[in-house]
Amino acid sequence: MSSTRRQFLQGSGALVAYFSLPASVLAQYTSPNPGQTKELRGNTSLDTWIRVEAGGLIVISVGKVEFGQGIRTALAQIAAEELDISMSRVRMAEVDTAHSPDESYTFSAMSVQQSGTRVRKAAAYARQVLLAHAAKTLNLPTAELSVVNGSILHNGQPTGIDYWEILEGKDFDRVVPDDVTAKPLEQYQVIGQSVPRLDIPDKVFAKTSYLADQRMPDMAHARVVRGSSPDARLLEVDTSTVAAMRGVLKVVRDGSFLAVVAEREMQATQAAAKLAESCRWQAKKTFPDASRVSEWLKSAKSQTYPVAERLSLSEKAAVKVHSAQYSRPFLAHASIAPSAAIALWNGKVLTVWSHGQGMYPLRGAIAHTLGLKQQQVRCVHSESGGVYGHNGADDAACDAAAIAMQLPNRPIKLQWSRADEFRGEPYGSAMMVSTRAGLDSQGRIADWQQDIWSCTHSTRPGGAAGAGNLLYAQQKQKPLSVPPPRVIPQPIGGADRNAVPLYDIPALKINKHIVLEAPLRVSALRSLGAYANIFAIESFMDELAVASAVDPFEFRLAHLSDQRARRVLERLREVSAWGQIPTYGTGKGWGIGFAKYKNLSAYCAVFVSLSVDQKNGQVTLDKTHAVIDAGLVVNPDGVRAQIEGGIVQSASWTLKEQVKFGSLGVRSTDWMSYPILGFSEVPELDVEIIERRDQPWLGVAEAAQGPTAAAIANAIFRASGKRLRDIPLTALKILSAVKDPQFA
Amino acid sequence: MTINFKLNDKAVSLDIDPKTPLLEALRNDFELNGPKFGCGLAQCGACSVLLEGEAVRSCVIPVAAVNGLNVTTLEGLGNQQNPHVLQLAFIEEQAMQCGYCSNGMIINAAALLSRNQTPEKKDIDKALAANLCRCGAHPRIVRAIQRAAKSLTKDVT
Repeated sequence: MSSTRRQFLQGSGALVAYFSLPASVLAQYTSPNPGQTKELRGNTSLDTWIRVEAGGLIVISVGKVEFGQGIRTALAQIAAEELDISMSRVRMAEVDTAHSPDESYTFSAMSVQQSGTRVRKAAAYARQVLLAHAAKTLNLPTAELSVVNGSILHNGQPTGIDYWEILEGKDFDRVVPDDVTAKPLEQYQVIGQSVPRLDIPDKVFAKTSYLADQRMPDMAHARVVRGSSPDARLLEVDTSTVAAMRGVLKVVRDGSFLAVVAEREMQATQAAAKLAESCRWQAKKTFPDASRVSEWLKSAKSQTYPVAERLSLSEKAAVKVHSAQYSRPFLAHASIAPSAAIALWNGKVLTVWSHGQGMYPLRGAIAHTLGLKQQQVRCVHSESGGVYGHNGADDAACDAAAIAMQLPNRPIKLQWSRADEFRGEPYGSAMMVSTRAGLDSQGRIADWQQDIWSCTHSTRPGGAAGAGNLLYAQQKQKPLSVPPPRVIPQPIGGADRNAVPLYDIPALKINKHIVLEAPLRVSALRSLGAYANIFAIESFMDELAVASAVDPFEFRLAHLSDQRARRVLERLREVSAWGQIPTYGTGKGWGIGFAKYKNLSAYCAVFVSLSVDQKNGQVTLDKTHAVIDAGLVVNPDGVRAQIEGGIVQSASWTLKEQVKFGSLGVRSTDWMSYPILGFSEVPELDVEIIERRDQPWLGVAEAAQGPTAAAIANAIFRASGKRLRDIPLTALKILSAVKDPQFA
Repeated sequence: MTINFKLNDKAVSLDIDPKTPLLEALRNDFELNGPKFGCGLAQCGACSVLLEGEAVRSCVIPVAAVNGLNVTTLEGLGNQQNPHVLQLAFIEEQAMQCGYCSNGMIINAAALLSRNQTPEKKDIDKALAANLCRCGAHPRIVRAIQRAAKSLTKDVT
């Protein structure tokens, strides 16, 4: 980072966060009225976003994709609200680089903030344009007109004309101006309602919903063959036997990239298995000892970056010093749907259907990798299973594209196997967080030091610059160079996301150490570094509360002046039955965790009560409460679903998950070697939303990950008397802690 | 080899390699979307179908094994015009996020409800013990099944 970009407010005592983000990015977080955001990300033409379509429909086109988070329903609500039409008149167009606005990736719980704000602006402007036309047609002043479900009223009476008559889709070829007035909050009828998800009926009735459901004439089936870790080099393979197998159309080899295409799916699977038998691979990397990854992170070659500093560290007299180290392993996205893609090369244009998170960045990356012009590649989103960050979807898309280039005019459907996904996907990086704090004579935090060790959290193959992150690009005969680890700066942060405690701490110093070469493929997993940082900070706050002999709610509130944060915690205290749960070594316990996601987004506090079986260390989650403040809420049930899902997934990471690997590569290849939380292990969930209609809408999809982890660890401490700091908090670790009187 | 079986109440016949997984025959030859490929290892449940009313994993069953038997997929359970109580309940409870596992949840719940119309939570947990959901929709799925069960018993009385 260049020193000119640092704002080092020496001696002022103010928090210094090191950031180098453009002001427009920050504005999305801080603008009091997101309706007034000025940018439509370069997509300024109204018809890019909205089309009036015959048959009484309005088509909304966005660049954000659905993967089960309900975003397209929320965006449809925003459009319906601003246009004064019912939800049944809104159609959400598929995301397609042939016509959709470029909204980059669907990530970081930013879709309502980004796309929602843009849709609101475009829809408000569309209504304005339509109404002006109506006024002209009717020869009446605009101020006397209103709209009900697309029909134009004059002083409340029908005029006989509607949106579809007025325009038939013409005259939207105009630039959306900066100063569009959106509907006042008091008039909202659709925003704020728990409108049912648009995609659910088709899914329960097995209509075409997923990429796998796309069937095209003459479609052939492909499988890839990779080594036990994706960077293994292919030394030798017998392709001739397989090429002669029945139904096999082609064996594709390019350097270490190996794939097979067949008429029927089973022929492709069998051919891939046969190919795999004759492969000789050479692993490129040596793997660190999986059981000592956190120590390895600290010893590996890394680069240090300052994250935040409040000066006068240790100036105040700390009478008690406490320190601890927390860690998490490599974690898999582990979608139920292994990655897949369809690609078709017609000699001129390559079309790729993908369930990746960003069709435009994917297009750039594929074009660059295959040596095509960007205009020759079209990427179309087609939904598949949940992604939870950057999983194998982009890699599978490029695999399919590379294969399709070898078989012109045949659509190629590539399906990764379960093992392909577990071995090939980029994992969320293992992390180590070391904290040290001093308490003053009143039991308040005087100073705080924190060091974070992690690999990068972002290797997305965005455009040409990131293309070298694609598996195929790394495996082909002439590989692209792999970009250096991307370091996402504060205030959003990657490894250091949520590294800065929101609490009032007079002196503080935080550094991150980014490991230069990751032993495994890594990239963005839901919440990035926030999961481990919040786990560490909120566990440590509990430890400090114990050291000060103060209740954990009280201890946090005593250090918290952010009013919305206080309210979330206070409400959690009211709704949870914390006072009735016996505690400390009784086998039952409760714990809390809290964060304001990215220190910029939604406030989320989580309460967990659980039981620990002292005989075997088994944890049973009994009940969880969450309280969330995400500002203006578009769809309350959608918010609840995201928080519920976040809690369950985080509980699964925290109690069970760890990517296993050894000298022979990745050993987590299926659901037996990578178990996740099942029905009998899921607790009762209760989510309460504190709605603040006057505050900007904030993303919620990643808000619960960190607080849940800490709440579980804190509850285990109260139940067992043992403080576990190394995720996953397995029964075995708890049992050995319980049996070890020295364990603290 | 020609395989004859009943698929969603209709007699069907297919000339196919008998080792083909039932899942592939259903998806690729009969163009059904209900059963999903999730693992190919009978571990996740996304590919579940009813075979003679019992929930089975179609990804590991060779198509030849269903010769002469009754296979029901999500499509056969109900449709928009004539929905199954579980399909309605999944909509009413918004019981999914990505929905990729929903087929398996509904099929296994249908098998459960056919033998136990008043399942308790632990019965549901047990019936779905080998059905994985990665989005964390479990509590909603349980609620949907309980709602469907309730509507079934109401219909009877």
